Amino acid sequence: MHPAPSIVLFTTLSGVGYGLLFLLGLAAPFGQLPGDPAFGTVALGLALGLCAAGLLSSLAHLRHPERAWRAISQWRSSWLSREGLAALLTFLPAAVLGWGWIFEGRIIVAAAIVSALGAAATVYCTARIYATLQPIRQWRHPAVTTLYLLYALASGAVLLVLLLLLWDWRAQEAAFLAAFATAAAWLIKLRYWRDIDGGRSIATPESATGLGHLGSVRLLEPPHTEENYLLKEMGFRVARRHAERLRRLAAGSGFLLPVASLIVIIASAGWWELPLAALAAIGVLLGTLVERWLFFAEATHTVILYYGRQA
Amino acid sequence: MTALPATPTSKKLGLVIDLDTCVGCQACVVNCKEWNTQGYPAPLSDSEPYGAAPSGAWLNRVHGFEVGEGPTAQIVHFPKSCLHCENAACVTVCPTGASYKRQADGIVLVDEDKCIGCGLCAWACPYGAREMDPGVGVMKKCTLCIDRIYNENIPEAEREPACVRTCPTRARHFGDLGDSDSAVSKLVAERGGFDLMAEMGYRPTNKYLPPRPRRCGAADSAKRLTPEPVAATGLLGWLDRLLDRV
Repeated sequence: MHPAPSIVLFTTLSGVGYGLLFLLGLAAPFGQLPGDPAFGTVALGLALGLCAAGLLSSLAHLRHPERAWRAISQWRSSWLSREGLAALLTFLPAAVLGWGWIFEGRIIVAAAIVSALGAAATVYCTARIYATLQPIRQWRHPAVTTLYLLYALASGAVLLVLLLLLWDWRAQEAAFLAAFATAAAWLIKLRYWRDIDGGRSIATPESATGLGHLGSVRLLEPPHTEENYLLKEMGFRVARRHAERLRRLAAGSGFLLPVASLIVIIASAGWWELPLAALAAIGVLLGTLVERWLFFAEATHTVILYYGRQA
Repeated sequence: MTALPATPTSKKLGLVIDLDTCVGCQACVVNCKEWNTQGYPAPLSDSEPYGAAPSGAWLNRVHGFEVGEGPTAQIVHFPKSCLHCENAACVTVCPTGASYKRQADGIVLVDEDKCIGCGLCAWACPYGAREMDPGVGVMKKCTLCIDRIYNENIPEAEREPACVRTCPTRARHFGDLGDSDSAVSKLVAERGGFDLMAEMGYRPTNKYLPPRPRRCGAADSAKRLTPEPVAATGLLGWLDRLLDRV
């Protein structure tokens, strides 16, 4: 599948943003965060800013962004519509939470909890858009939904560690959660990569043409001489050599670097905590971006069976 | 709107494509483009049609496959367009309600004024039946020529899809596959018509008819084509022996 930069950016940025919002909404009512209005402004501003940046980036993928408002109408059947609706609705309790935190100096518990639930629901809907597409076996993998949720949680938690350290606040628990979520996400991802490498679509050139009873089916003459929309969009190929290299980069930057930094932050205290947290945040963001690019680039669609390729 | 009809539609208009008689002439491809670029609803555009890398939206394409091995291998021309599935995921994934399946006849259509061009429906289709129009930026697909089949301004004999109308070998048939007494349903029953990628669970309406078994084994015909050594006699025999010696 074509890894459109707008979608790679959208799922990554909104994942981080909603992940951070989820943690803010859960931790704030229990007094686990600085009650300082400045912290509320920066933390909520960062979370909602990332969400908004992601959503704006997704508009760049549309050929008719001026009609985007229509996309929230079909929530009864479409996960994309549900995601759009959840993404926008979550801004309402988040705004109430922000109002209380910044202007009244108090945490409105109901708004905080509903923000957290809305954030989780949004990321869940994003994952379901992909996980429910029958023709793409790599996206039908049962770990896809869990992975989207874990990546959002991990990247949000790493950002929270950075924010807490900036406010000179105790970050041990957040660092522990961030390390745990990051490790869980990447261990599942490594298993996912092994699975998709060894898998094949249940559909074959024989079933796609219904001619299997006559023997093996091979493409003799493609229907067009140039690349068409189908091949550009669904026939994207990434060389195995490059994919291997990118996987190592993603795992090194998104997994080893942040987990090592977080362990140091948990185990010791000192001036190095802040730079290490910043390093972990950059590593997680870069790692997730590369992981998300690969999520698209390595996915194969059954339409390529009609073009003499394996899905 | 993007929910599928609650009960399966009683009428299931669709195509039956005969892989035995299709000769891969591409006439259906061209006539489909021709009709749909000038009629309902907007042009079916191309980008750089006369440039170095021409590309464009087409609603019907003919692939050529080589099937089987050795002397029994054969070439099968394979036309492919929207199959108007009963379980059409392209409809349910649409976030705007632009994609829909008609209760009246089961035809799957796109309301081009509502389409935002997100492309998710094309991802949801296992067959690659939908293509983005490069000029208009909305998704295009086979309409089963709704502007022909219900068009009272054209003679009744012409009220069938452009691809069916133009096929010189009558490899394409149009009719109601929901009616077991229709000509197309009988054809499917008689010839063992099948679904494409049934394992995907989309329950396509369009059916394909398999190539008929070859009349004579290709192996036999291969043998017949091999010249058998014949011992020549008379003048020719003498020439033959003479030439052998030279």
